[in-house]
Amino acid sequence: MSLTPEITKHIAKLARIELSPDEIEPICHTLNNILGWFEQIAEVCTDNISPMVSTEIDSLHMREDLVTEKNQRESLLAAAPQTSGPFYTVPRVVE
Amino acid sequence: MTLTKLTLSEARAGLLSRQFSVRELVQAYLDSIKSLNPTLNAYITLCPPENILRTADIADTRYKSKENGLLEGLPIGIKDIFCTRGIRSTAASRMLSDFIPSYESTVTERLLKEGALFLGKTNMDEFAMGSSTTHSYFEPTINPWQSKDDLDKKFVAGGSSGGSAVAVSAELAIAAIGSDTGGSIRQPASYCGIVGLKPTYGRCSRFGMIAYASSLDQAGPMTRSVADAALMLEIMAGEDPRDSTCSTRSVPRFSNSYEKSVKGLRVGIPREYRNEGISSEVNALWNKGIEWLKDEGCEIVDISLPHTRYGLPCYYIIAPAEASSNLARYDGIRFGFRQDAPILDELYEKTRAEGFGAEVRRRILIGTYVLSAGYYDAYYLKAQKVRTLIRQDFEDAFKNVDVILTPTAPTAAFELGSHNDDPIQMYLNDIFTVPASLAGVPALSVPAGLDQSGLPLGMQIIGRHFDEETVLSVGSVLEKAASFPYCPPPLCTMYRRVST
Repeated sequence: MSLTPEITKHIAKLARIELSPDEIEPICHTLNNILGWFEQIAEVCTDNISPMVSTEIDSLHMREDLVTEKNQRESLLAAAPQTSGPFYTVPRVVE
Repeated sequence: MTLTKLTLSEARAGLLSRQFSVRELVQAYLDSIKSLNPTLNAYITLCPPENILRTADIADTRYKSKENGLLEGLPIGIKDIFCTRGIRSTAASRMLSDFIPSYESTVTERLLKEGALFLGKTNMDEFAMGSSTTHSYFEPTINPWQSKDDLDKKFVAGGSSGGSAVAVSAELAIAAIGSDTGGSIRQPASYCGIVGLKPTYGRCSRFGMIAYASSLDQAGPMTRSVADAALMLEIMAGEDPRDSTCSTRSVPRFSNSYEKSVKGLRVGIPREYRNEGISSEVNALWNKGIEWLKDEGCEIVDISLPHTRYGLPCYYIIAPAEASSNLARYDGIRFGFRQDAPILDELYEKTRAEGFGAEVRRRILIGTYVLSAGYYDAYYLKAQKVRTLIRQDFEDAFKNVDVILTPTAPTAAFELGSHNDDPIQMYLNDIFTVPASLAGVPALSVPAGLDQSGLPLGMQIIGRHFDEETVLSVGSVLEKAASFPYCPPPLCTMYRRVST
């Protein structure tokens, strides 16, 4: 499974990371090396083995569905790069 | 008495018996930081000295009135992956270079509750992705240990918790905390000659610890002695309603039980670890460790962990997959760095291209690829199945043995600047630490000796799920047998000469 520059561009698009045209080739090369190194796991027989999705040592516990935190709108908004009143702001998306 | 050479436990005893004050202890650390941190770069952010001294004076009054907590006035370094209220928390990333959390992580909150005094936030690989603390937006951390053959050579601290390891080793903090996803506490502990403990997955809450790979991340102590690690873990661990993966099991008093007798314990030596590119010195030290444990009445058992060699590729599929999802939150909108653009998608793409460093971008791209349509089964699902087999290897081994003894890393610290062009070479440093992370079992690195050029080497003790007590007890035996000098005095002296 070789990664092409086109797939590299597609993956970067999915990950929302801009790649400049001269970055694509070297990144594609590095990723291909890493993916090639991954190939060795194909030789492990995993028939009838279920995937481990967490460490599954203790079962997850639930807490009661109660509000325990105070409203922290001000302090959370203070961490945003741009705000307007009680809102985060983004570039205009609807004309 | 040089106050900065004391272990946490020794300093506690000294404070309790009023041999010295918190102010004196803390002032010694502030002096040490002032002289050494510019060279070693262990800290990204230092707490203002006037605040530290004010807190020290309060701690002194609490000792006088006998209201002191278990860590009252003890100066500690905090890896910059933990959110600390009102103190910049960057994860060594440009993305969070101005981020000041409005809340406190659970483990740091527990340390504060016992009176711990935070000196600052320690350097790390960006978002904990690395094994060298060179992938930091705030420049690399330097290992205080040097090769006696060439004092011009600089060595990496290991990573990702390299700043914490150097702070403890170079007398810039009496103890520190780190986080370990695939070896990020144990490997820098080994490279810097200190004790580092990755607890069982779920032992410590992950609330407020900036996420890298959620099924693997675990907080733990980095200290100058096994006793210190036991005390720190006892305080950090335990149930937390804010993290559903945090165990509700009761936490043993590790500080009372870390010296259990190891007589009759069965110690497994995994034969697969013998072949994985380890230096002859590491091999010799491993044999010495085996002899030390035999002398204490342990029984040595040859065991097999057959899927060991698949641990690394398995880890480097699963961790980036989880990271690509966890790091999706950095969008330039709600917090952190933002690169403006006229179109929203462009804003995301430019923010993430400029806010993340090369290794983080690489892992996000790898993670996105292994989770994407058409490749999910061959990589991600396959890796999760291999992870099951790796866990089963450990479960099978622990039917027959109580702990497993291995080296922590295949070599001593490598030179700054090597491995930079080849990510896979860098990943190979984690070969002995990654399997325990995948299985979720606890593992401790204890400094056990020096290589020929005088650099520290650590031994790793891996235990059953939630059996940190036995792990610490075996670690304590190795610590006594090795009688390792925790700080590197001649080298630090050299650094002091350079910087003063």
